[in-house]
Amino acid sequence: MSETIKVALVGNPNTGKTSVFNQLTGLKQKVGNYPGITVEKKEGICKLPKGKKAHILDLPGTYSLNTTSLDESVVVELLLNKKDKDYPDVAVVISDVENLKRNLLLFTQIKDLKIPTVLVINMSDRMSRKGISLDLDLMEQKLDTKIALVSTRKNQGVERIKELIADHKNLSTLPNLNASRIAPEYFDRLQKAFPKEDLYKLWLVITQDVNFMPIEKKRIQDATSFATKSKVELKKLQHKETALRYQFINNTLRETYKVDLQAARGLRSSFDKILTHRIFGYVIFLAILLTIFQAIFDWSTYPMDFIDEQFANAGEWIKNTLPPGVFTDLLAEGILAGIGGIVIFIPQIAFLFLFISLLEESGYMSRVVFLMDRLMRPFGLSGKSVVPLISGTACAIPAVMATRTIDNWKERLITILVTPFTTCSARLPVYLILIALVIPKGRILGLSYQALTLMLLYLLGFGMAILSAMVLNKILKIKSKSLFMVEMPTYRLPLMKNVALTVLEKTKSFVFGAGKIIMAISIVLWFLGSNGHSEEFKNAETIVTQRIEEKGLSDYSKNYIQNNISTYVRSTKLSVVDQTNAVGLKSLQDSIQLMTTELREKARAQEIASYKLEHSYIGYMGKAIEPLVKPLGYDWKIGIAVLTSFAAREVFVGTLATIYSVGSDEEETIKNRMAAELDPSGKNPLFNLPTGISLMLFYAFAMQCMSTLAIVKRETNSWKWPLLQLVFMSTFAYLVALTAYQILK
Amino acid sequence: MPTVADLSQGQRGIIKSFSEDMLPVKLMELGCLPGNSIELIQIAPLNDPLYINLSGSHIAIRRSLAQLIELEIVDDSQTL
Repeated sequence: MSETIKVALVGNPNTGKTSVFNQLTGLKQKVGNYPGITVEKKEGICKLPKGKKAHILDLPGTYSLNTTSLDESVVVELLLNKKDKDYPDVAVVISDVENLKRNLLLFTQIKDLKIPTVLVINMSDRMSRKGISLDLDLMEQKLDTKIALVSTRKNQGVERIKELIADHKNLSTLPNLNASRIAPEYFDRLQKAFPKEDLYKLWLVITQDVNFMPIEKKRIQDATSFATKSKVELKKLQHKETALRYQFINNTLRETYKVDLQAARGLRSSFDKILTHRIFGYVIFLAILLTIFQAIFDWSTYPMDFIDEQFANAGEWIKNTLPPGVFTDLLAEGILAGIGGIVIFIPQIAFLFLFISLLEESGYMSRVVFLMDRLMRPFGLSGKSVVPLISGTACAIPAVMATRTIDNWKERLITILVTPFTTCSARLPVYLILIALVIPKGRILGLSYQALTLMLLYLLGFGMAILSAMVLNKILKIKSKSLFMVEMPTYRLPLMKNVALTVLEKTKSFVFGAGKIIMAISIVLWFLGSNGHSEEFKNAETIVTQRIEEKGLSDYSKNYIQNNISTYVRSTKLSVVDQTNAVGLKSLQDSIQLMTTELREKARAQEIASYKLEHSYIGYMGKAIEPLVKPLGYDWKIGIAVLTSFAAREVFVGTLATIYSVGSDEEETIKNRMAAELDPSGKNPLFNLPTGISLMLFYAFAMQCMSTLAIVKRETNSWKWPLLQLVFMSTFAYLVALTAYQILK
Repeated sequence: MPTVADLSQGQRGIIKSFSEDMLPVKLMELGCLPGNSIELIQIAPLNDPLYINLSGSHIAIRRSLAQLIELEIVDDSQTL
């Protein structure tokens, strides 16, 4: 019989907890959220010796059980609640051999909760370099636990963790020390009031919200009635408790942990000299950012072109293979077109997540925080706001969540409010396709105009974020304690396995998250686009045929036929003399004749299709909003795309792809289809410079993401802030796009 | 009494005392306790924040917080 052992991984940030989790679970992991809150919940299954299995839960990193943030309170609440379905059979505390002393603080606290606890000492590969030696047997004895010495980098010791987990029944559950010594009288009274409860648990419950920001925590109902001490007094007691724990830890380590300073060599100090240098530091940071943008734009074009073509082929294949009918149309024109619009951006999004996770894994991100803090402060932001602003280039949702590390509420709120201005990966598809359509291909100083435009758009978003932060800093009157503390971890070569898993997982959730919305919208759009109730829609064929008979084909169609034929003529070898591989004059004339008829037929079908689309449901809807978007240089089709983008920006390309492909027989790539669209006069391409710029600016500033609004609501605990974002950002976007188009046209 | 903010780059000091209710518990958890040593590693451009080694924990704090931690400066220039 296989029993499943419930395991919770706990540990300080930067101890390699996630690496241990990845080693234990491999690809068998699931990432979700804790119910009702946005803290990421990672869980996975691990096979143990003797046919046992373990369910591993990777809890958020925390320095102690004295909570100061929502992430940390997730840890405490789980460890305090025996009834929780995830309440662990065994807690595995991950520590880093270089910072063992402070890692043990958390260990002793968990041990005092009487949970069976295993200690993992990670990064053992650094011991010799740092001159560290350990007496593990004595340490196990002193801490009353079992220890696994692990190096996830060298893949050592992971088996030992599995054995210890499998053997969890033999772990001691005795506490390390007696915390009630810090205030005997107070704890005596506490025990009398709640005779059935465990004292240390009570203490944690009472002190839980001492350090909380007002917004982050609903009060714990029970037991707080006993909080006869003021917050200041409780905090003093926490200090006392911490001191007591360190006393115990120092005593333990004195005999078991030796550092030979002579042998210690560190890369940290020499790297820090350069990377946090007052000039080179910034130069390097800028160079890194430039590389990222160049990679996103230049390197990813190859896989993208490939994907684009594959989707065009697939659409054609479906149309040719499946029996014609509503279902085939829906598949080829609705669903496939929509999905193609998102899959094509996988290479770029993967690149972006790759760089961000490399920066975080290597420890460089903390240096950026250090460098930027003083520069950000005049804008009401903190150095820690840089991380959300940078990861906002991937997606605003994790970025808003990443603001939790900012301890100052005002700085945090401002960061949350301005983060959606940074160019997220959902804007990227829109920018890329528009840049490819309207910005010329030339190069200056080895950088392409197109890449520079993209960079400019990123800077614009960032600049707007900073600017609005400054304004908010002046307007908002919030008093809050200023705390700022960043850990500067040792530099590490990023573990490829971790990076790969992050990229895979984030890209997957982006594609599926967005994919669901896009799929739904595509189907609805396709339906609205290929159905209509008006007389014009039903009799489209007769009306258009009649019109062609009376007035001839439209100018656009004539041009289209002319172009096709001249291309054909140019590509054909012509000869009056009989010759292999060449075509005689007579036969050429014949084939041109044939081709013209064919092309005329095609053009007629095209005109019917576009007439139908104009009079379909979506046509009427688009016409209704046209007056609103016309001053910005958009036609009604773009208007529809902009409107659906309010669900999520990345829908834009898919929407246009769906609208343009409805009724079209030619399976074209999305880009070609957009390039072929004409403005209302029927002469010039619709996507010209003014329209393109106006669209890009609109997307740069508008708040078009329902998920971000939802997350902001959750993190600020009020509808006031997300609504403010929606109204302010979108109005601003409209005005800027309007001005730009009117000037440029 | 000198504080962490008065250290110059590379200088070390032993923590004497601090005002308990002003200092965040987090800092204590990282080892900011009387008797422990603090070394100033790097000062950011514009003189803020400060990058310190707090008994083995490498962290950055703002000058305003550093001014709350009083210490005794150790002169170990000859040992280094």
